[in-house]
Amino acid sequence: MSTTTAPSSTSAQHPTTAPSSTTPAGRDAMVEETIMRHAFVDTMTAILAEDPRTALVLADISASAFHVAADRHPDRVLNVGIREQLMLGVAGGLALTGLRPVVHSYAPFLVERAYEQIKLDLDHQAASAVLVGIGASYDRAAAGRTHLSPADVALIDTLDGWTVHVPGHRDEVPDLLRSTVAGDSSAYLRLSAESNDRPRGGDGTLQLVRDAGPGAALLVAVGPLLDTALAAVRELPVSVAWTHRPRPFDTAGLRALAGTEVILVEPYLAGTSSRVVGAALVDRPHRLLALGVGRAELRRYGSAEDHHRWHGLDAGGLRQSVTSFLTP
Amino acid sequence: MTTTTARVGRLPTPVAPYFDRVRAGRAFDANVYSTVDVLWVLYDRVLRISPETVDEPDRDRFLLSKGHAVAGYYAVLAAKGFVPVDWLDDQGGPESRLGDHPDRVLVPGVEIGSGSLGHGLGLGVGTALGLRAQGLLTPRVYMLLGDAELDEGSNHEAIAYAGATGLGSLTAIVIDNASATHGWPGGIASRFTVNGWTADTVDGRDHEALHTALTRPHPDRPHVVVAVVNSEE
Repeated sequence: MSTTTAPSSTSAQHPTTAPSSTTPAGRDAMVEETIMRHAFVDTMTAILAEDPRTALVLADISASAFHVAADRHPDRVLNVGIREQLMLGVAGGLALTGLRPVVHSYAPFLVERAYEQIKLDLDHQAASAVLVGIGASYDRAAAGRTHLSPADVALIDTLDGWTVHVPGHRDEVPDLLRSTVAGDSSAYLRLSAESNDRPRGGDGTLQLVRDAGPGAALLVAVGPLLDTALAAVRELPVSVAWTHRPRPFDTAGLRALAGTEVILVEPYLAGTSSRVVGAALVDRPHRLLALGVGRAELRRYGSAEDHHRWHGLDAGGLRQSVTSFLTP
Repeated sequence: MTTTTARVGRLPTPVAPYFDRVRAGRAFDANVYSTVDVLWVLYDRVLRISPETVDEPDRDRFLLSKGHAVAGYYAVLAAKGFVPVDWLDDQGGPESRLGDHPDRVLVPGVEIGSGSLGHGLGLGVGTALGLRAQGLLTPRVYMLLGDAELDEGSNHEAIAYAGATGLGSLTAIVIDNASATHGWPGGIASRFTVNGWTADTVDGRDHEALHTALTRPHPDRPHVVVAVVNSEE
């Protein structure tokens, strides 16, 4: 892997500093991303001070942002260097001694590179941890394939008993992080540069945001795609529900809200939640449209906005897909 | 060769009947026997752990990273009273708690589930860090792996980090039966010492030499014991 943020040994370089090779669009993405990351850094720094049961494991990413916490709690803020397998192995070992580890890096290095360590060093040991990823599907679009992670939620979804949170606004991050760390099961927090205009929060059950009346199609938007989804269906007979918690998916809420047509709008791999919707509605005739990030490697840079458009996840693309689905 | 425990063929006498009960007439390769001496010395003379203290926070930890070395492991755990002797029958069967790789959830005294190579050192580093963070400075963490297992790159992440941070509570034991496909030119110990570990290379059947190496003080840096066994035995 390569990193563009400051390693711990160069603490003078702040993580908000964009790499010199980044395009202007990429630089904007970096600033947005660091705003989200700061919500995590500030809250995690406070949690480490409040709860001696917590520990933070890093692999250089964000290490400089946590230097104050590391100075205060040198035994519980552990930067292992650019070693993701060890980062997860250490988290497993910490958990086996009774600590509550939080593990943080870019999503592809956190979830994909060390997947077997997540499976074995946490789950198989009956140990648990909180993983906090940044970068999401294409926050760092200009960085290219190595820093894109549209499959992270699908990979975590291969495991049993995990909670996945996809906050839609930076102000949702503190409460989500606190409640997750206070628990004792494993969870993945997927932070992103993408954001709705305002925070919503809640307990993760589906929130009905737009009610188009009985029998209307139900669109479920996850995390930061709510505003775009609302704009897309503004003139269509579609109810809109939102959640920051795709796992465990609120199947009871879905059954209460859904009619015959269900539309999923997810900011990661398209179809990630199709199986849970299918299982939830197994006894009902229904049609499902699953929208999200495509599987094909585009080999294109640009900005997150460009990738939204290319994957049909901008308002125009969503509207087109939904309209086709509703008028077969 | 000096040993403090009499032998039955290739096995320390106290372990032999339990080992044979696990074996149940099956023919095992030589590598199955290669770890029994180290395991016996650890559980008999080194580890501060007993069936009564398997959940004590202050206990020593033993992490079997080469999880396929189960026959001797289960035999030693039975000989020391961690698992009922009748569990040794039908090892690997549909109702057995003893798989071909150990599962910490199923077997009392087993600290980690292993089988996929290259996980024990990382878990051991995290265990040592977790104990230190909670002020538990007495327990020692022992991890056993094989020379071929060292092929896995994850080990080298752990070796470099543990050496750089001086994790003195760690002791790695590498059973060297020369089974790594491409070998370790320059020796196994050098992979550790170049990263700041101390090292002893000893005869893996010599119980006194193993005991001395496993109990050597190393307060400010991790220690590795390379236990050399004859791959043809």
